[in-house]
Amino acid sequence: MKFDNIIIGGGLSGLTCGIKLAEQGKKCAIVSSGQSAIHFFSGSFDLLGKVNGEEVTNPLESMKFLPQQHPYQRVGLENIERLTDEALHLLIRAGLSFTGKADRNHYTLTPMGVMKPTWLTLNDFTSFDQKDSFPWKKAVILNFSGFLDFHTLFIKDGLKKFDINAQIKNVSMKQFEAIRKNPSEMRSTNIAKEFDKGNAIEEFAQKANLLSEGFDVVILPAVFGLFNKSVADQLKEKINKPVLLLPAIPPSVPGIRSQITLRERFQELGGTYLLGDNVEEGIFEDGRLLEIRTNNHGDIKFEADQFILASGSFYSKGIVATHDKLYEPIFGLDIDGDNNREEWFDEKFFNDQAFMRYGVKTDENFRALMNGEPVQNLFVAGSVLGGANPLKEGSGAGISLLTSLHAAEQILK
Amino acid sequence: MKKEIFKPYNVSDNNFEQCVKCTICTVYCPVLEVNPDYPGPKQSGPDGERMRLKDPEFYDEALKLCLNCKRCEVACPSGVKIGDIIQSARIKYSKSKPKLRDMILANTDIVGTMASTFAPIVNTAVALKPVRKVMDSVLKIDHHRMFPKYTGLRFETWYRRYAEKKQKEFKKHVSYFHGCYVNYNFPQLGKDLIKIMNAAGYGVHLLEKEKCCGVALISNGLIKQATKQAKHNVEAFKKSIVDKNMPVISTSSTCIFTIRDEYPHLLGVKNEEIRDESELATRFLFRLIDEGKLKLAFKKNYKKRIAYHTPCHMEKLGWSIYSTTLLRMIPGLEFVNLESQCCGIAGTYGFKKENYETSQEVGKPLFEQIEKSKVDFVATDCETCKWQIEMSTSNKVQHPVSILAEAIDVEATMKLWQE
Repeated sequence: MKFDNIIIGGGLSGLTCGIKLAEQGKKCAIVSSGQSAIHFFSGSFDLLGKVNGEEVTNPLESMKFLPQQHPYQRVGLENIERLTDEALHLLIRAGLSFTGKADRNHYTLTPMGVMKPTWLTLNDFTSFDQKDSFPWKKAVILNFSGFLDFHTLFIKDGLKKFDINAQIKNVSMKQFEAIRKNPSEMRSTNIAKEFDKGNAIEEFAQKANLLSEGFDVVILPAVFGLFNKSVADQLKEKINKPVLLLPAIPPSVPGIRSQITLRERFQELGGTYLLGDNVEEGIFEDGRLLEIRTNNHGDIKFEADQFILASGSFYSKGIVATHDKLYEPIFGLDIDGDNNREEWFDEKFFNDQAFMRYGVKTDENFRALMNGEPVQNLFVAGSVLGGANPLKEGSGAGISLLTSLHAAEQILK
Repeated sequence: MKKEIFKPYNVSDNNFEQCVKCTICTVYCPVLEVNPDYPGPKQSGPDGERMRLKDPEFYDEALKLCLNCKRCEVACPSGVKIGDIIQSARIKYSKSKPKLRDMILANTDIVGTMASTFAPIVNTAVALKPVRKVMDSVLKIDHHRMFPKYTGLRFETWYRRYAEKKQKEFKKHVSYFHGCYVNYNFPQLGKDLIKIMNAAGYGVHLLEKEKCCGVALISNGLIKQATKQAKHNVEAFKKSIVDKNMPVISTSSTCIFTIRDEYPHLLGVKNEEIRDESELATRFLFRLIDEGKLKLAFKKNYKKRIAYHTPCHMEKLGWSIYSTTLLRMIPGLEFVNLESQCCGIAGTYGFKKENYETSQEVGKPLFEQIEKSKVDFVATDCETCKWQIEMSTSNKVQHPVSILAEAIDVEATMKLWQE
């Protein structure tokens, strides 16, 4: 099977790259070993939240203080602003509404009840300008009876810091009785599927309106609109008070919806999306990757002019650590990381962990290195790149989006 | 660089220990969504397995509600064989004995032989309302279900009478695993396959003796018999693939999936020698075309709007791309891709009275998609999906091979390789 470009990895990086290339008329395939981390999406994409422990207000400015090996530095700070703009428009063209600016972080309320700086927020959720104020006085936190994945007390406690008097109330409805039977299976997606059917919105909105009398804002878990994309908007329209959705424990309903939307966009542009398949090996010749073989397709080869490795970090097995070594499991690419296990981690869990920065080595054009030499047509994007600690920096989504667009640009040159 | 160095240390059966409890599988389980009595893939699979390893008493008979669609496995980011864990647990721990009804449904071979011998009587009888009512109340086979019609002339008999001789005229050869459906119910699909393969320059042969792949035996708990048939089939495949150097192709996605993957994973029947060369006809044809060894010529006047439905086992195999690519080659075919969703029948599952409602609820979103698509007919590679879609929507269903057979210009295609 012959493509212009084949992307290994179907998460945020792979999809962004695939959409960008397909928009430019490239015939693309994405091979994904399973569903991706977008299923854990909080609703916001971070660009840069912290540098050297200091909270960032203007990510574009603060990037200057990042080390040279950081992916943003390697993309080139002169390119970043343009790419952030492009990322937003790519998402919008795909049908996802986000708001936010790269030169000024806004804030979102987390399910722990704290304000966190971020770049782009999905319109299901609420963006705040200020970190230390909350625009409402009295909040009612509504949960579904029996739903254990929304921790209302944390939210209530968090809101106390803003002098908000919050009350927790539960809603019971006949429509959710069946899924309550099995408490461990009462998840956000199961609730969302009931709303998707269309027979719960009206009644739920009525209950929410009754229960929110005397309050300024209704806080709800983000369990609206999985396969049916309009549920969250419908609900906001039917509830008389402002609605503030907060993420529940994953799987994330807005996340899955976003994943589906991006995948559909890629397919509508003619892209081939292969789910549940693993790349087993690559055939290299003269420093080029000629073709890949996958588990499902066996001897049927997948050829392309360029390949993009967007296979994720440790969690997605883009890189793997055993007791005594680090490796990139698909091609055996060079790894930027210490091979001495002692150096991998700090004993204090919350400290900056060295292994978080490990990734695949590349040249300045983001081409993967193999035995010290760049593979001419194999580009690397997203968290498999390494060079950053996305947890400490609040930079994971930004790195995924921007390095993918950058890799796509290298190919389109 | 050598692959060997990348072997992880701790590997258990079915990657059980790789589960990180992310719950993504539960999102894509078609049963969990409509039947809360089913504990879901995570609970039934890796979570429950931890308990069962400790004490088999933790086995829950509700695991029989699993459709074995494997959509959990396709979704799993960690490569856990969730469906295999569940099915293996059923095989290992289930104490419920198959009922007479289950044996009738599972023994597609024996029932097919009998029914096709008396086809006109059986077809009329099982279509009658009173008979269906009796089957419903006595056997618990849901009265909504119509049994597929049995043929008076089995495919194997037809082949020996009318097709066998001609196959020797070709230079290249394949074997055909037709499966029960083609043999007892729908020989036309087998005839269509022969038409295409002949046009492509291949003689089509039957295996020395094929037995039912056994998928229904596995799902109905008749494991001993399934294992026996699996061993028989592997030997029959070997005679073709190893001895005669003839690959085996099939038109049934579930048969081929069972033979390639369920034999070793669930029954412990080794198949390494035959696995790579046992595949679907659409994949075989695709490979030839992809490698530039075959060109298909089509009729000029073919004009149809067709929606393709991805059967669950095609989703798991990842092979629908072969069928859809071939279909898209037909000029005059307007192609509509349906979002991949389970139709709910899952072989014999949907025939059982106690599963009827679940089965229809599972399929509902797919049926809605199909009704909206306004197509001439639906294309799919699975026979039981065909029954379910034809029963539950206003559309007829055709196999991609039959569509190709209708659209192909045999003479022009043969000229392309004869030149």
